[in-house]
Amino acid sequence: MDELTEQGLSSGILVLAAHPDWRDSRVNRRLLAAARDAAGVAVRDLYDRYPDYDIDVPAEQALAATARLLVLLHPIQWYSMPALQKLWLDEVLTYGWAYGPGGTALQGKDLWLVATTGGAEGSYHPQGYNRYFFDAFLPPYEQTAALCGMRFLPPLVLHGARKSSEDAVGKHVAVFADRLATYPNWPEMDELEQCVACEVPGSDRPRATQQAVDD
Amino acid sequence: MIEAAPSWLTSGLIYLSAAVIAVPLSRALGLGSIIGYLAAGIAIGPWGLGLVSNVEDILHFAEFGVVLMLFMVGLELEPRRLWALRRPIFGWGSAQVIGCAALLFAAALLAGLAWRVSLVAAMGLALSSTAIALQVMGERNLLPTSSGQAAFSILLFQDVAAIPVLALLPLLGGVDASQASGDARWLEAAKIVAVVVGIIVGGRLAVRPLLRLIAKSKTPEIFTAASLLLVIAIAASMRLVGLSMALGAFLAGVLLAESEYRRELETDIEPFKGLLLGLFFIAVGMSIDFGVLIASPLAITAIVLGFMLLKALLIYPLARAMGLPLQDRPVFTLLLAQGGEFAFVVFQAAAGAQVLSAETASLLIGAVAISMLLSPLLLVAIDKLLLPHYAQRNKPRMEELREPQHAPVIIAGFGRYGQIVGRMLAAQGLSATVLDHDADMIEAARSFGYKVFYGDASRLDMLRTAGAATAKVLVIAVDDTGQSLAIVDLAREHFPQLELVARARDVTHWNELRDRGVMRVEREVFESSLRSARTVLEVLGFPPYEARSQAMRFRRHNLELLSACTRITRIAPK
Repeated sequence: MDELTEQGLSSGILVLAAHPDWRDSRVNRRLLAAARDAAGVAVRDLYDRYPDYDIDVPAEQALAATARLLVLLHPIQWYSMPALQKLWLDEVLTYGWAYGPGGTALQGKDLWLVATTGGAEGSYHPQGYNRYFFDAFLPPYEQTAALCGMRFLPPLVLHGARKSSEDAVGKHVAVFADRLATYPNWPEMDELEQCVACEVPGSDRPRATQQAVDD
Repeated sequence: MIEAAPSWLTSGLIYLSAAVIAVPLSRALGLGSIIGYLAAGIAIGPWGLGLVSNVEDILHFAEFGVVLMLFMVGLELEPRRLWALRRPIFGWGSAQVIGCAALLFAAALLAGLAWRVSLVAAMGLALSSTAIALQVMGERNLLPTSSGQAAFSILLFQDVAAIPVLALLPLLGGVDASQASGDARWLEAAKIVAVVVGIIVGGRLAVRPLLRLIAKSKTPEIFTAASLLLVIAIAASMRLVGLSMALGAFLAGVLLAESEYRRELETDIEPFKGLLLGLFFIAVGMSIDFGVLIASPLAITAIVLGFMLLKALLIYPLARAMGLPLQDRPVFTLLLAQGGEFAFVVFQAAAGAQVLSAETASLLIGAVAISMLLSPLLLVAIDKLLLPHYAQRNKPRMEELREPQHAPVIIAGFGRYGQIVGRMLAAQGLSATVLDHDADMIEAARSFGYKVFYGDASRLDMLRTAGAATAKVLVIAVDDTGQSLAIVDLAREHFPQLELVARARDVTHWNELRDRGVMRVEREVFESSLRSARTVLEVLGFPPYEARSQAMRFRRHNLELLSACTRITRIAPK
């Protein structure tokens, strides 16, 4: 199912939703539904569109280029994003397109992480079983945005998604829907710095045809 | 009259013309096919144009239509399901038969008839017409519903009950016909047991391998002949020991319900059943003795109205007690309240045993025939007047109850391709109805525990029996491209709700499928060839992941190209 239409992106928002099994989802499924209900928001269900991990890079780049806000919607898995979302970054955000010389396709756009965790908020603590505050796992997201010249908006995270009360989930979904509807007029927007693209010297990329960011 | 023609040719001409004229006419008037047949019978019978006089013989011959019908009903009923129906059959069945018979007996006694006459009349009139009831329920798709099952259970019990009723007649007669000694009776009982056991054991052990052998000969008309022979042989052996032919055919049908040739048997017998059943209704029309009717119109009106009303008085509350949906109850009541073909047999036998006088017998037979003529007419009245009223009151429940029970997937063609599809579905616990026309293939697949039916999926009737009207997906995995396209055309026209998943033999076939709007098509060797190409790259030293990426790129590119070519051929004039 692909509900991308010409006017699907009229709000300038593209939601990249990644969940390997929506049937097993409690919160993300409702967030996805809220995104689909929002007017003018384009939704890309990655696991639905690319079940064989066979991403159509030109199509994805063309779509992402037209957006003002990229939303990453997924559950946190092993302190990161689901594999297909990561592959999407690997293959779509190419050198010379998203970053590096001439890589300005995403410059000036916003990136917003909307995520859930299985562990409760308290577990993300030096004394908890996750041993780090949740913020400690965010730098890869933040720096991905920064390298492409995108502004990283404050993430919307629901901890302990499986055990949250119905009430809390409902409120969380409502906040998400409200944010989609009011973008870019969010109260905290003025306090955020504009991001300038980081320079990447050409010598760090020996092969010009290199498609993925590697270290 | 055509004097020179042999009589079978003349009769064929008369019956077929009468049916061909009367049935479409009746259907066009919204009266259903049964009334058409009955009217045709009246028209050509002794009281109409007088073209046919040997009504008795025709009636006996056409009774075989009822036998074939019960065979087909049996085919639909696996032994497991029959066992599950044992309560409705014996519980509700005996309630209807004994209840109605008692009620009619009391009424007849009150009317001042002799007790023997009353008893025979009550027992005969308590039975209903299996032929009309099943035909009507089939036409209305009622058979799989709870109401259909209930009516069917009761009719089945009536078939069983007719046996002791017939056995009782000689005892009631003035002449003591059964002078047979104790030994002879034992012998008779032993014969009955032997025949029933023979049908059960033979149906299980002998018939299936035999059908397999015949199917292998790949001569369709011999398979048809074998199907007919099977039913006739069973009917004959049941007749031999004095049991109901219909009951025997039903038993054989049940035993073959689990066999892989069930669909093929159904499709082969169906036209014979239809024609003979038509002939049966024609014969019923012919057998109405208008002489008796004219002689005593009051008596016959009283009998028809009286027995149908009395039966309805008992059957309607019975329908309520059984918990049948409100909108089905009038039809259910009517179908069971009418008289039935067994009554003809009972009354004729009773006249023979001198329990009834010849006049009384023909009066009763006339009443039953009229009730059979009336019931399709009353059915039309119910449809037009009663049902709209009920349907509105009971809409949501109606939908729930009518959900058909069929496999969601049909696989046409169970060769190498279809087998992989079927096996993967089975691994997910999904059931599929599988059709193939290769006896060896079916044999092999069955040995692995698959339910594969013998049949040609490019025939509309076959697709319909496989449940195409209710299934969600039809997988077209047959070898022959012409057959594959024929199946697509049939499915598109008659079952638009079906999602088609097709196997394409080559690009031409792929294009032809896409031209017909089938979008879920796979070229049969494409994906596996790609795998081999990947393997070659790996052997040549490509990293496996790189080989995979290249294969996927190639695949995407190839599919785009193919679609583009299709678009061009569509635009270009042919």
